[in-house]
Parts: sequence; structure tokens; C-alpha cells
Amino acid sequence: MKIQEDVIRVENLTKTYQMGEIQVHALRGVSFSVRLGEVLAIMGPSGSGKSTLMNMIGCLDTPTSGEYFLEGELVSTLNDDQLALVRNRKIGFVFQTFNLLPRATALANVELPLRYAGNNGNRKQLAQESLEAVGLGDRIDHRPNELSGGEQQRVAIARALVNEPAIILADEPTGNLDSKSGDEIMNLLLELNQKKGAILIIVTHDPEVAAVTNRIIHLRDGMVEGQEVLA
Amino acid sequence: MNFLLNIKEALQSLSSNKTRSLLTILGIVIGVASVIALLSIGEGASSTITGEIESIGTNVIYILNGNSDDEVSNPKDLTIRDAEALATSGRANEIVFVAPVFTGNSEVSHSDNSYKTSIIGSTPDYQNVQNLNLAEGEFITENHVKGRSAVVVLGPEIADKLLGRRTGIVGNSIRIGGYPYRIIGVTEAKGGSAFNNPDSNVYVPVSTAQARLPRGGSPDKVQYILVSASEAEKAEEAIVQISDVLRMTHRIPPRSPDDFTILNQQDFLSVAASITNVLTIFLGGIGAISLLVGGIGIMNIMLVSVTERTKEIGLRKAIGARKKDILLQFLTESVLLSLIGGLFGILLGWGISLIVNQIAVQTGTILDVSLTLNSVMLATLFSAAVGIFFGYYPANRAASLAPVEALRYE
Repeated sequence: MKIQEDVIRVENLTKTYQMGEIQVHALRGVSFSVRLGEVLAIMGPSGSGKSTLMNMIGCLDTPTSGEYFLEGELVSTLNDDQLALVRNRKIGFVFQTFNLLPRATALANVELPLRYAGNNGNRKQLAQESLEAVGLGDRIDHRPNELSGGEQQRVAIARALVNEPAIILADEPTGNLDSKSGDEIMNLLLELNQKKGAILIIVTHDPEVAAVTNRIIHLRDGMVEGQEVLA
Repeated sequence: MNFLLNIKEALQSLSSNKTRSLLTILGIVIGVASVIALLSIGEGASSTITGEIESIGTNVIYILNGNSDDEVSNPKDLTIRDAEALATSGRANEIVFVAPVFTGNSEVSHSDNSYKTSIIGSTPDYQNVQNLNLAEGEFITENHVKGRSAVVVLGPEIADKLLGRRTGIVGNSIRIGGYPYRIIGVTEAKGGSAFNNPDSNVYVPVSTAQARLPRGGSPDKVQYILVSASEAEKAEEAIVQISDVLRMTHRIPPRSPDDFTILNQQDFLSVAASITNVLTIFLGGIGAISLLVGGIGIMNIMLVSVTERTKEIGLRKAIGARKKDILLQFLTESVLLSLIGGLFGILLGWGISLIVNQIAVQTGTILDVSLTLNSVMLATLFSAAVGIFFGYYPANRAASLAPVEALRYE
């Protein structure tokens, strides 16, 4: 029963990089799980393994050892193309630097995951709905350089949501925004978490951002140092 | 991924770097244009030469002295008597006309105009073998040959050059090698050609030529004999009959090789084909080199583009692009570059071959420069192949980027 509720379950995850002669142990056995609908913050100083853990959870990289179950599926042993499929279907990324395609309109940016999913039928309509959900229904034909930072991040969120993923993975989502837009983005992410039920994982330095989540995982030296349950 | 969308996206990406894309395309344009232009010129030269040879007529047979295939010691000269034997032999029933030719260079002059040109000495049959029609006067007759007369038939172009006109000149006289000759006829204009222009020929009786043009060997030697077979289909039989007659007059024992060579149109065509093939391959090779350079330009610019867009590639992979999606994206760009280049290259190459054609016409050379469907298809296929070949390495490099590394790239 508990296993079914866990959207994410990682067990004893390790990641070792070879940097020249030296072995770097970025993760040294991380285990935790995330329940449906939960909002989670991952915090820790530089070099604590935050980014590496995020890459693992986002299926951008595979662990050296340990297991990662996403919605019951063991994803830590998949090959590149299978991982691409998992990222496409189950994970929505929100980056600190937005990472929008500069030449494409807001609509085209949001359509992109649907194109890689092979959806050609109602792609435009789904993208439009997703942009409306983040409050940009009137700016679908604007290019990134015609939008403010906050608006660009909304486009990125719409893009992350369009395939109805199981996880929204946000890496410092407010890091490049002023505090007002930052608050708006956080509110939007929480609101969408409530509405859509996708779990939200935020990797952040900012204690204020972490404070609005349900639970904080503190990382240090590649290990879980402690967990704080907030609400 | 939707195919049209892919192309649209590639075009967007190419047009965001207009100067760079245009310069890359220019490389392909030049490559394809040179392939097209050089192949057209090659084809033109080859069809001109072929047409030239075909205009000899399929029933015309050349008999030359000597034999280049077999070792023949002391070959006999071809003589007027050989020609008479061919013309009169009862066994040579497929031979219709026999024209022995004695030719040599000499100076032709009238008042102050003087030209060094080749003089053809032959018999009345020459007119029939070569299908010459006269615009005025008459051709050389048997009596002229017998009497070794100092008479001459001019082509219209040489008449223009010497006398300033081509009509009303019968009865005038010109000098050949210092001797005066009376003009008895002017041939009809046949149209010039690159190698043999009958309109500037000068014809005299064969006997006169033998007496007055420089020569060596036996007194009634001729350089070659033209024979026309009764019809094109009988050419092979005529060749056998010629061989029989000449072996007899030259007293060649059985099983010894001929001391003469018989060529018909087919022989000339195959020699010409092997020459023009070499020419076409050579010209195409030069074009291919510039296309290769254009292809390297594509590879270079695509590698730059992949590096510049590393972060974009990382993002695309993060949201679900597979290896082949990225591969296809960059290949589409390079193939578009080369295809657009190919298209304009075909137009430019066509333009160049038209200009070459014009120049050929202006200078009086018949060079039928032709843009063939073959060379267009070849150039299109080749430029697409260049795009794929030189685009694959950069595209594969992009597709193989690890998403984590690519996303972190600044």
C-alpha cells in the first residue's frame, strides 16, 4: 500500500565521477521517498550533491549504484532513449535560466515536449491550454525576448506541465527573478501542485522558498544530513 | 517529429544566422555550378564531336595507308591505281563512289589576300561521297583530272575571304602556291564545324595536286581514299570487298596482315567516345573538387553551430528528445544548406553554360552546350549527399552529447 503511494523511491543511490586521477563521490548512499502530491525542497551547500541528485531524479543521468523507482518503474537501469521517453512523459523541468528556445514563440516552446512525444493532433490546443493555466493566454505569440523574466519562467512552467508529468523538477526557479516575480512563480507552482497533483521538487539555496514546502531534505557531502517536515 | 515542422525549424535556425548560412550556401553554389557548367560543356563537346562524325554519313568509308594494329613491314602507298581497282572491280558491287584524296598545305592568294590552307585534290566522285552541292559553276570533271588542269572549286567562306564575295566569281582566277588557277565552281554553304569546315575548303583535281603540292613516295600516291557504300547497312560488306581488292593490288600473301586500314563511322565514333569520356570525367572531377570544398564548409559551420547550441541541445534532451531527434534536426539543417546551394548552383551553372554557348557562337565554334536532365539530377543528388555526408559528423556529435553536460554548458 505504501509502495503504491510513493511516486519516487530512491534507495542507497551513489554516484562516483572520475576526475582525472581522483574519484569524486558526489552521492554516497541517498535514500528517501516522495508521496503523491507532496512538495519537497532539496537544500544544501555547494558540492553537497544537490545537482547530482536532481539529475538522477530528473533521469538526466544514471546512478553508479542504488535503485530509483519512478511510479513503481525501475528507471535507474534504463538506456538513453528509454530515459528520454521517461523524461518526456513523467518529468517537467523548470530551470533557473528558463532555457527557452529564443527563436520560437511561447506557444512553440510549450509545444516542443508534445512534438517529441509524437503528438501531432491537438498539440496546439494542449499548448494553448497550458499557457492559459499559467496566465499567459494572451501572449502565446510572443518570443522570449519580448517577455519579462517572470513571464519567461511561466512559459517554462507551461512547457513543464504540458505532458501532465508525475514530477515537476524545479532547479532554483526563482534564482534569476526579483522577489515579487519570484513570489508569483512560487505561488503559481504551489497552485499547480494543488490542482494537478504532480509532485513538486525544488532544489534551492533560498530558505524562504524552502519554507513554503511540505518537507526539506538537507544534503551534505553526498548524504542526507536531515529531514524537516513542515506541514 | 513532424517532418514539415522540422524543416520550418531548421529554416528558422538557419535564417537566424543569415550571413553565415549564405556564405556556406555560396560554397555549395559554386561547387554545384562548376559541376553543372563543366559537365554541360563536356556533354556539348562530346555531342558536337559525335554530330560531326555522324555528318560524315554512315555509308562513308575511309581507307588509310598503314596498319597500326599489326606489324607490317614496308607498307605500300595507296595510289590512284588502288582507287581505280576499287571502282572497276566486278567483285566490289557494294562500292558506289571512290574518291582518292591527295591533300597538302599551300598558300592561296588573290590580289593582296593570302591564306595558308589545306588543298584537297580529288576526283569527281568526291562531290558524291561528301554530298557537296554547287552554288554556281561545276565541280571537277574527269577531263580536268586527265588534263591536270589548273582549275579550282572554292568553299563559300574561303571565296569571301579571298575575293570579298561568293557569287559571280566563276571565271576569275586565284593563285595556289604561286600558280594561277581558274575558278570553276563554288560549293553551297554547309555550315561550319569545329574540326572540318567544308565551307573553307579548296578543291583541285587530284592529278594537279599530286604534281604541284609537296609530296614524297610513289608518283601516284594519295593519302587516303574515300569510298561510299551503296547503303549504310551494306558498309560491312563493302569493307570486306575493299579489303579483298586492296590485298590483291598490294599483292599481300594469305594470312599476312593488311598494309592499310579501313575505318567507317562506327570506328571514329568509338574513338571519339573514349576521348570525350575522358574529357567529361576530367571536367566533372574539377567540379567535384569545388563541391568537396563546399561540403567541408558545411561541416565546419555545423560544428560551430553545434557548439553554440550545446545548451539548447541539453534542453531538448531534458524534455524528451531522443538521439535520433537531435540527429535529424541537425542533418535537416545541413541538407537544407546543401540543397538550397544545389538549387542556385544549378541555375548559376546553367547560366554559365549559356554564356559559354554564346561565346562559342560569337567565335564561330559550334559547341552545343546542353544542360541535360542527367547532370541536373546528378548535381541535386550530389549536393544532398554532400549535406548528409558532411552534416552527419556534427549532427552525431550533437546527438551524442550527455544531457547533463550539455545543460551545464555556458
